Amino acid sequence: MKHGNKTTLHGAALGAAVVISVVACFPIVLLALRSLARGWYWPDLIPQTFSLRAWKYVFDSSSGIPEAMLTSVAVALAVTVLSLCVSFPAARTLALEEFRGKQLIILLLTFPVLAPPLASAMGLHALFLRLGITDSVWGVILVHVIPAAPYCTFMLMSSFANFDTDWEAQARSLGASPGAVFLYVTLPAVAPGMAVAAGFAFLVSWSQYLVTLLIGGGRVLTLPLLLVTMQQGGDTATAAAIAIVYLAPAMVVLTLVARFLKPVS
Amino acid sequence: MVSEVNSRGHRRIWHLAPLMFTVGLLFVGGMTLAVLQSIGLLPIVGPTHCSFAPYTSFASDAEFRSSLVFTFGLASVATALSAVLGLWLALSLKAAVRHSRILGLILQIPLALPHLVMALFVMELLAPSGLLARFAYGLGMIHDPAAFPELTNDRFGIAIIVSYVLKEAPFIALMVLAVIMRIGEDYDAVARVLGASPWQRLWHITLPQLWPALASSSLVVFAFISGAYETPLLLGRQYPAMLPVVAQRKFMDVDLASRPGAIAAGIVIAVITAIFLTGYMRLARALSAKERALIF
Repeated sequence: MKHGNKTTLHGAALGAAVVISVVACFPIVLLALRSLARGWYWPDLIPQTFSLRAWKYVFDSSSGIPEAMLTSVAVALAVTVLSLCVSFPAARTLALEEFRGKQLIILLLTFPVLAPPLASAMGLHALFLRLGITDSVWGVILVHVIPAAPYCTFMLMSSFANFDTDWEAQARSLGASPGAVFLYVTLPAVAPGMAVAAGFAFLVSWSQYLVTLLIGGGRVLTLPLLLVTMQQGGDTATAAAIAIVYLAPAMVVLTLVARFLKPVS
Repeated sequence: MVSEVNSRGHRRIWHLAPLMFTVGLLFVGGMTLAVLQSIGLLPIVGPTHCSFAPYTSFASDAEFRSSLVFTFGLASVATALSAVLGLWLALSLKAAVRHSRILGLILQIPLALPHLVMALFVMELLAPSGLLARFAYGLGMIHDPAAFPELTNDRFGIAIIVSYVLKEAPFIALMVLAVIMRIGEDYDAVARVLGASPWQRLWHITLPQLWPALASSSLVVFAFISGAYETPLLLGRQYPAMLPVVAQRKFMDVDLASRPGAIAAGIVIAVITAIFLTGYMRLARALSAKERALIF
């Protein structure tokens, strides 16, 4: 980056940047206002009085919202760990080796990532019913893994793509045990990519709605389910407050990406 | 030598096994179970009776037909608008993004916002007593909320479209920007020197180069919209409803006899998305690995 470049940025581009920033942050600002407003009556453009009522309610255990947060976090963490475990060795192989059938595997993994796994979840429902894991977090965790594990694999693949296996060979030739090679060579090299992959696996689970409803049968109440319940029940301030909580992990992961995936320049 | 090749093959299988087992069991297995149940095999209650009635009855099912039309129409309009807006964003922001990494990041905020949150925002914006209606009042255009046009939970899914465009236009813009950064501006500069007009340059130089990114990301957007649930749930109507909403409603019906039909609708959605994603993958070959990774 040359220093002088920034000054050549002309006014129109700068204007566009400002407009985009305002537009991008507007949803968050508006929902934050709604969550803090005490009755935001027609035709006021901004609320006349403020209150912490909705926020107190969000963190009041009798509202069931803290419990839903806990459920969402627990499910998402379980999905993240499961996804990382099954995708780590596979991502390495898919990124570093060429073999017959590789493209087919990548094709198979792409579908659940890009399309909501509605049909699979519907098919699995009868099976899960027989196994007794419908209406339970276990069934919900399993069905969240369908998109999360392939997603995680693709994320890890891109960090393994820059990985040089010669580093491992060098460590081995210097007498390092397989465990030491993994711990001191492989893991540090892909750790940033792993953090990002874990973040996205968490988000994939965190943002599921329909399959949670299908397999959880409305008994497993995650945060998005409760958000819709509040909105449809007419408590828009609480729904907005939940929305702010709900989008927080996404912002954390976004910062993670910005920190770890700096373009090599 | 042979044994080394063999052991590498074995190791590869062991590395792939946990993922393939998980995805195979849950995704492929789930799909298979879905197909079997949709044609009456493996019923939850009652005798097994193989029948393609759930699929053939779609033709006479008014709710399903209108839902199919609505889904295709809405997904097409939302995708087209997102593509046009995304392209415009990318072209007008390319200079700014080149010099400021922060801007590239800001562009990702709408991408990172959950769909549900965007839907809630659009509700606040477009509802009869929403922010836009209040501005209209302030400008003296309307006098009470009832006079504001119906933009949410409306017949045409306007709020749903707006919500999707706000989410997907930045996504398409990011895909297109990545390609713009790769190809640089040499061709454009040459064309300008040779006297090409801005429109000629857009049509003959820029668009052909951006086409794979634009088209492939649009196909992904279309596939996503036709299979997504929570945005139409909040912003849509009971009738006509998007296909996933209809499928879910049929699935949750207390009458278990409607379940094969529900699952069949789920499979129809899966087939539509599969067709569009296959198209995406053909087009995506023209993109670099790094650009393809942006899709996710």
